[in-house]
Order: sequence, then C-alpha cells, then structure tokens
Amino acid sequence: MRITATVKLLAIGSAAMLALSGCASSNNGGDMLQSLGDNEKTVSLLGWPGYAEDGSTDPAYDWVTPFEKESGCNVTFKPYGTSDEAITLFKTGDYDAIAASGDATLRLIAAGDVQPLNTALIPNYAGVYEFLKNRDFNTVDGKTYGVPHGYGANLLMYNTDVVKPAPTSWSVVFDGASAYKGKVTAYDSPIYIADAALYLMKHNTDLGITNPYALDETQLAAAVTLLKAQKENVGEYWSDYLKSIQSFTTGDSVVGTTWQVIKNYTPAEAHVEAILPSEGATGWSDSWMISSKAKSPNCAYAWLNYIDSPKANAAATEYFGEAPATPDACQYGSADFCATYNAGDTEFEKQIWYWTTPIEKCLDGRTDVKCTDYAAWTQAWLEIKG
Amino acid sequence: MKSNSGARVVAKVEPTLAHRISTKLYSKPKLRLQLLLSAPVTWLGLVYIAALLALLVTAFFTVDSFTGNLTPGFSLENFASLFTNSLYSTVTFRTIGIALAVTVVDVLLALPIAFYMAKVASPRARGVLVISILMPLWASYLVKAYAWRSLLSNVGIFAWLLRPIGLDTPGYSLLGAGITLGYLWLPYVILPIYASLEKVPSNLLEASSDLGAKTWPTLRRIVFPLILPGIVAGSIFSFSLTLGDYITINIVGGANQMLGNLVYSNVGVANNLPMAAAIALVPVLIMFGYLSAVRRTGALDNL
Amino acid sequence: MAITSSILTVIYLPLAIVLLNSFNSSLNMDWPPPGFTLEWWQRAGASTGLLDALITSLVIAACSAAIALVLGTMLAMALSRYKFFGKNAVSLMIILPIALPGIVTGIALNNAFRTLLGMQLSILTVVIAHATFCIVTVYNNALARLNRMGKSMEEASADLGAGVFTTFRLVTLPQMLSALVAGGLLAFGLSFDEIIVTTFTAGGGTQTLPIWILNNMFRPGKAPIVDVVAVFMVIVSIIPIYFAQRLTAKEAKAS
Repeated sequence: MRITATVKLLAIGSAAMLALSGCASSNNGGDMLQSLGDNEKTVSLLGWPGYAEDGSTDPAYDWVTPFEKESGCNVTFKPYGTSDEAITLFKTGDYDAIAASGDATLRLIAAGDVQPLNTALIPNYAGVYEFLKNRDFNTVDGKTYGVPHGYGANLLMYNTDVVKPAPTSWSVVFDGASAYKGKVTAYDSPIYIADAALYLMKHNTDLGITNPYALDETQLAAAVTLLKAQKENVGEYWSDYLKSIQSFTTGDSVVGTTWQVIKNYTPAEAHVEAILPSEGATGWSDSWMISSKAKSPNCAYAWLNYIDSPKANAAATEYFGEAPATPDACQYGSADFCATYNAGDTEFEKQIWYWTTPIEKCLDGRTDVKCTDYAAWTQAWLEIKG
Repeated sequence: MKSNSGARVVAKVEPTLAHRISTKLYSKPKLRLQLLLSAPVTWLGLVYIAALLALLVTAFFTVDSFTGNLTPGFSLENFASLFTNSLYSTVTFRTIGIALAVTVVDVLLALPIAFYMAKVASPRARGVLVISILMPLWASYLVKAYAWRSLLSNVGIFAWLLRPIGLDTPGYSLLGAGITLGYLWLPYVILPIYASLEKVPSNLLEASSDLGAKTWPTLRRIVFPLILPGIVAGSIFSFSLTLGDYITINIVGGANQMLGNLVYSNVGVANNLPMAAAIALVPVLIMFGYLSAVRRTGALDNL
Repeated sequence: MAITSSILTVIYLPLAIVLLNSFNSSLNMDWPPPGFTLEWWQRAGASTGLLDALITSLVIAACSAAIALVLGTMLAMALSRYKFFGKNAVSLMIILPIALPGIVTGIALNNAFRTLLGMQLSILTVVIAHATFCIVTVYNNALARLNRMGKSMEEASADLGAGVFTTFRLVTLPQMLSALVAGGLLAFGLSFDEIIVTTFTAGGGTQTLPIWILNNMFRPGKAPIVDVVAVFMVIVSIIPIYFAQRLTAKEAKAS
C-alpha cells in the first residue's frame, strides 16, 4: 500500500478539495525517482533568508553561482520569514525545492506537497551526520523526504549585568520571570509552546509529558497557562534577528530565547551570554525537500546533493549561523566554526528536541488519547498573545 | 510620385474614419459614457469586487487542519468563534481605539500646519513646505518604523529627554505603536486638508474679519464646514491604514497584537484563509460604516 | 509658524536617525552609533540584488501609475460630465481599494488570482493589484480639475467644429495636465512604497524594493544597508516632486 495510515485519514478530509482545485494531492507525493535525467534549465528554491546566497547581497557570500556553473541550472531563490509563511508559499506550486524546518516538514509530507527521495541519487547524503537521518521530522514510514541542511538549538540568552545569578534553567523565563518584568522576550510562533511543554516535562512530571510536541488537551492547557503567566512579563516577542539583537543591545530585553547566530551578532558591549539550560532545549534541523509538482526535479536533486557537499554546506550554514549537516564541512568554515555551533557534539545534540509538527496522532506513541495538532497550537498561541 | 499620392490617400482616409467615429460619438452622449465607463468599471468589478466577494464566500469554508488544504462548503464555524471567543472582540476594540486615537491626533496636528501652508506662507515657502511634507513619504515605511524603534528604545532619544524630568519613554507598547502609526500617516492627513484649505478663498476670511468676526468664530463657522471634506478624507487614510496594520505593531508594539495580526496570523501562520476572511470582514464592515457615515460630507471626492 | 516648524522637526527627526544610521559602524544600528563608516554606502552600491529590486519597483510603479492614469481619467470624465444611474456605486467602487485595509485587499486578490483565475503570482499580478488601488488618486485629482474647469471651453471647441477626440487632445487634456501629473506621481509613490498588498500578490521571483528591504532587515549584519536605500530614495524623490511643483506653480501664475 502506498497510502499510509495517517495520510489516508487526511485524504478523507481533503478529497472534496481535490476535485475543486486540482492543486493538491492527498497521496504521499508519488513515487520516488529511480534515476536522474538531464538537468533542466532552471530551479526555483524556497528557504530561510541566507540559505542560498548568490552574491547579490554581498559578493563575498556566493555558493549559488558555482552550482549554476556546475549544473547548468539557473537558481531563483525566495526567502521566507517563518515556517508558516513557507508552507503558504510552497503550496502555490511555484517552487521545486524547499528548505523546511521540522515544524513544517510533516505538514508538507501529509499534504502530498513533497515527494519521497531516492537518497542513492544524492551521493553526498552518505556524509551527513547519522543522528540527523531517519528522524521523525524528515522520514515517514521508512521513506526519506528531506536531506539535512544544518541544525541548531533555541538557547537561553541573558544580560550578564542584569540577570543575576547566572541562570542555568529555563525557570528564569517562566516561574521566575516576574523578576525581569517587561524585559523578557520569547520566540513569536505557535511552536514556542513546545518550549513551555519542555519546561513542564522536567518540572511538573505529574502532567506526564514525554515529548514536547505530543500534548493532549490537558497538557496543552497547562502549557498555555504557563505562557499566559509569562506574557505578563514579556516586553516583546521576536521573530526576526534584528529585533532580538537590537533589544538585547539597548537593554529593552534582558532574558529570553535566542539562536547562536543572534548571540554572535550582538555586540560585546551588550554583555550577553547564551547557554543550553539544564532542561535541554527545542531546536531545529532543516531539511531540503523536493516538491511533488517539481518542474525541474533533476535540478532539484542536483541542488540537494550540492548543498550537502562539504564546501557549500560550510558556506551556507556558517553564513546563517548554525551547525553544518556534515562533519566534512568543518574544514571549510572559519577556524572555530564547528566549535561555535557545537557541530557533532553528541552530548549537546542529545539535549535538543527538534521542531516537529504536532499532529493528532501522538508523536510519543500514545494511542489512548488524541494529541492537539498545529491548528490547535496556533489558536492557543493567538489567545496567549491576547 | 506614386508613393506620394499613396500617402495622400492614406492621409485622407484616416481623418475620415476618425471623424466618422468622432461625429457618431458627438451625437450619442450615452455611447460616449458607456465607452468611458466600460474599461475602468470592468477592471474594478472583475479584479476587485469579484475578489472581495470570493473572499466573503471563503469565510464559510473550512480548512483541513493538518494538510492545510481548503474544504469548500457552508460552515458557520468561523463566525461562531469570531463572536464567541473573547480574543476577537478584545483585539477589535483595541484596534478601533488605536485607529481613532491616531486619527484624532493626526487631524489635530495636520490642521495648523495645513492652515499655515495654505493661508500664511508665501507662495515660495508654500512650495518648499509641500515638498518637505511629501519627501518623507519616499523613505520606506519599514525604515521609518525601525527608526522609531531606536527612538523609543531604552537608550533612545525619548528616554534621554524624558528621564531627567521624571518621565520615561513609552517604550515598545501600544502607546509606542500609536505614536509611530500617527507619524507614518501624518503626511496622508496633511495633504487633503491642505488641498481643501487652498480652495477656501482668502477674501472670505477677510470678509468675515471685516464684518467684525473674531478669528475663532471665523474658523469654526466659515472655514471648518468648507474643509470638513478634506479632514474626513485624511481621516479615512489614517483610520483605514491603522485598522489593517500588522507590521508596525510588531516592530514597536511590544507583546501586543491588532486585528491585522490576527488576519495575518491566520493566513501566514495558521494557513487558515477562511478564518482570516471571516476576521477580515470586521475591518471591512467598520470601513463601510465609516464611509456611509461620511458620504454626505463629500469627502469621498477628496482622497 | 512655531507649530509648523515643530511638527516639521518631528517629521524629520526619525529621518535624521536614518541618515546617521546609514553611516553607523554597528551592524545592528546600535544607538548611539559607536562609530561611522562608508561601508554600507559602498556595499549598497555593489549589491546587484538591490539594483534589481529597485528596477522591479520602478517598473511596477510606472506600469501601475500608467494604468491608473488611463482608467482614472476615464472615470473622472464619466463622473464629472454625465449623470447616470449607479453613479454612487461607481464612485464607492473607486474608493474601496484604498479605503479598505491593505491586508484585506491583499488576501482577497491573492485568493482571486490563485484560485479563481489560476494565475501564477508574478510582476503582472503586483501591477494589477497596485493599479487597482492607485486609480483613486488619479481619479480624484482629475475630477477636482474637471469640476473646476467647467464645460464651457469644451462646448466652445465643439461649436467650432472640433471632434470629440480633437477637443480632448487640444482643450481638455492640456488643462488637466498638472492634475494628472500630481495624481500620477501620487500613484507612483503609493505603488513604490507599498508592502502589504505586495507581500500577498508577488510571486517567488518578484522582489520589489520594500520586500528587499524587509528581507534584508531580518538578516544578520545587513540592517544599515536599508538606511542607505531610504536616504537615497528621499534624495532622488526631490526631482519628480520638484518638477511637479513647478508645473503647478506655473499654471497658478498663468491663470
């Protein structure tokens, strides 16, 4: 059977839609390619800003042009701001491939928007960190849908002058947040609910959370209560780097979630530190996936292989500010590139709960309850922000 | 020789044809009107009105929550949550409040400067003033909003000026967002008020004062009714632009959200176009109400 | 005078910040600037992405303004010179695209282009969207002028035997010119800086200047470049505004 159980369920819901729009298929994205043909002339990519730089922003950063020369595929690249925007854009069918975070991948797979990959056609896939392969955000029913781009953790950043003693736990932004009222910041996305769930998983064991992306109604309600209490102390939510860097620099924010790259760009005078708290952290591992309606599947495969080649992978992930997907990339970046982002550090890596789309079928394996899905999380997030 | 005469023939035929059409059009004003209206009305009807109606219909659809695909049908689910969930009414009232405040402040600021430009300044100074009001419109909206982010910050000019006198910067808050929005839309309010003031004949003001009227009654009884359409036109800009904003509030509004954010979140984040369409009807209805209220003032000809 | 100058100060204060920031040596526009540099101006000059976005925006603004000029003038002639059934509905229809919030227009057009018309989002869809909300600016300027002009000149021209087209070309159009320039310029400016409707109607390959700015602001270490763009645009905008002003002033003198 090609149609999986999960997908079958969804097929019922979207069958009516199919007839009308003809723009979505509810199967698993079709069969994977068995062999590659000649490269087409163009390939259209969608990704986080900075995932495919062609030198037009800054001539010093260009890993797209070498690809274009090598493959003959002209690249058009559209950057997106949030995972959710990415899904909306990708659904237009204008893109051959997408670099999607784990909070988006399962949604794309279930909607049949992406096709299963034949990793044998992507030679560089062999060099990718094993711990990034066959994870529940890139593989469904044994089929691989995405090849890793890079990964990172959502760290805790704080101002060392103001936040004392130095925090080691997320409690500083939850139960202890009132000490920094109006100066706490948090990531502006429904997926941030998982951060609260992770905190509850460690501190409120009665709730029985075992995976922050698998929350039943009661568990979600507990996370929402925690976040509503946190909101009283939040100065602002951030979703773009600049906002976060600026507010930490001016002191408008003194504690909150961050990415390593934000810490790197925050000037030294701001006196900030970023740590991985004792509870561990949420994080992301982005995957390049190919559209089931790709007009240039061969060029898309060529791009997926290229982006996992050590040199290109180093250029792309260091520019963005995350750990590369392959250990071989370390020799190409700047000297302390892999150390800065803890690349390959398995102790660090084990504490990351990678963004995964919450779905009705509990990701932690529970079958006696229904879990809350991303739509429920989105609604909850709007209500938390009020 | 031959080509020459050919040219003459062409030259003779063309004006005749144009002339024939012209004559026909001259004798048939109704046909002229139809021709004038056909292209623009088709454009607006097909592009805009049809799109709005389609959006209205979409508000009754639902979305498959996992795949994010639309499911057509007739469901009142979206409207039910719009009316029962207090989130929507809270945010709606907050947004209307900000939009009204921004509009009132902008009009109060625009009146004196527009009056100065139209009635006091020399023609030369007037030209300079118009240019200096228009120019900031060309600095990107986003760039200006970010400039306000640094003005309002903990170490910005507001904090620097106000702290010595015991006050503080409004910071990233609803007030901060209101100030920024008022700033962004001010030129759009000044321009129509200036245009309407320019049309008020100066001798009318002189006549009024000759007849012994004091400045204030003159302004209130004579000038105000004449420039009311301009004021209303400006207010439509500031009110509607605030009503739909979701970017400024993100940049300087702190942890708050407005109606635009709810619409944007439902499209961009939740991928729930039907719910977004249902929420979008709120500002649409508010604007329809506003427009029908101000129609009699003739403001709609002053945008 | 005092009020005017203080308001002008407030209007230009943020712009002064933008100007200073374009020389700010901090990557994140830290305030006060830790130092000054010409690097951002050099980088902006070398950025082909920026140039492409600028050209895209100019093309879109020019096309939208051109369409708006034609449609807006036709509407103004129809509504100023004729009485007909449904006149109020037509005038409401012209105003709606600007009176309704951009996000409503944006999602409505996005939905219509993609699902109703099956169009791919592209530069074309942006032009269609922009032209739609620009019509009103041309229309209002043209209407005000036509109402002030009155019909007498046109009637005289017709009495002297000029055809409909000749009258428009030689009598109506020259008198409307400065109003059309003003309306067209406003339409151009509206389109050039528009971001909300553009976000929803531009396809993946279309990057207008505001979208370029948005993308670059949210990227580490690129922020001050956008200040360079803003300063540059304000300076360049003086040229068209100046000529439009001169045209208006000349007409005022002539009349």
